[in-house]
Amino acid sequence: MVSAKQLGLVSCYDCHLLSRWRPPSGGQKSFCPRCDAELHLRKPNSISRTWALMLAASILYIPANLLPMTITSSLGQTQSDTIMSGVIYFLSHGAPGIGLVIFVASIFLPLLKLIILAYLLISVQRKSSWRPRDRTQLYRITEAVGRWSMLDVFVVTILVALVKLGIFANIDAGPAAVYFASVVVITLIAAESFDPRLIWDALERNHE
Amino acid sequence: MNLIACHECDLVHRIPPIPAGAAARCIRCGAVLFRHKPDSIDRALALTLAGIVLFVVACSFPFLTLIDAGFVQNTALFTGIINLYRQGMPGLATLVLLTCVLVPLGQMLCLLYILIPMKQNRVARYSAWFFRLYLNTQPWGMMEIFLLGILVALVKLGKMATIVPGLSVIAFGILIFVIAAAFSALDPHLVWERLEKKP
Repeated sequence: MVSAKQLGLVSCYDCHLLSRWRPPSGGQKSFCPRCDAELHLRKPNSISRTWALMLAASILYIPANLLPMTITSSLGQTQSDTIMSGVIYFLSHGAPGIGLVIFVASIFLPLLKLIILAYLLISVQRKSSWRPRDRTQLYRITEAVGRWSMLDVFVVTILVALVKLGIFANIDAGPAAVYFASVVVITLIAAESFDPRLIWDALERNHE
Repeated sequence: MNLIACHECDLVHRIPPIPAGAAARCIRCGAVLFRHKPDSIDRALALTLAGIVLFVVACSFPFLTLIDAGFVQNTALFTGIINLYRQGMPGLATLVLLTCVLVPLGQMLCLLYILIPMKQNRVARYSAWFFRLYLNTQPWGMMEIFLLGILVALVKLGKMATIVPGLSVIAFGILIFVIAAAFSALDPHLVWERLEKKP
């Protein structure tokens, strides 16, 4: 059981070719001999970058949930809907399945993702050697589910396209749509900037 | 070098010979190291060509039609994006345009640029660059989520008005499966090996 790092090798992140690692000296970068991507032993500043993005997303998560996602005006009446009031609308109007899908994609998954990322970051910083395989699995989950949170943004886009009648009704996107889309994009980048190999590096240090 | 490092835990493995259709997994963390995909390049190329045709269809016919008390409103794939832009949300409009149109289209074009010459045993000049672009934009194509969004919007508006799905939506729905099949048929390791032989 030996890692590429211990052998003095570096794995290209784009094409997975193993090549000899030359530590950068004097600001010189190393590039993959096969695909020309920049080589890093580990993703650069992985922990601080992921923390920063994760905290930014946590802050944006608040207005995303409190402000209106859509503003519907119909015959002189205006109604603002947040994500949660949209969920409640579906639950109480005979489409509980759709309500549940929106709740999971827009409220539950982003929160779960933020919590998992925070946990992974803390466990890596404490050099934990507890169940690395399961923690890697947790990372895979955050990577895979994050994109589904875009669902509500797309629903708003389609509603805005369809209901632009003016006379009968009109649906506009509310300010939460922008905050919410930012949360999704930032958590996607945060998951990308976290390096799961850091979980296993702690283990190797303990064995030595 | 006959070695590969797991991209999730960095453990070094000797590349094992595996049968067609099988996957090699990391013995330490369980990540998939690579898969052996049969007829990878032929299948990916055929499916990508089908995808381009469907994409053209999806862009050129009515997407959804809303009928409310004799009032008929046609929308195209881009209507929502244009309305968001006009409403003062250019960032959001760009994001939807990128994730649902430009990224999937760009990825298909990247594959055509690389795979058509490869089929004729040539290597197009910027193949490595375009293949890296394809790999790195992978998380940002979100057409299947957009389709789920259509379903949710249909349920939401179903009580207010009648909504008729157009030819575009059907093409869009098939396109999602064709793109997913094309991308999963392609074996990136094979592509890199073929690109390496003829620089």
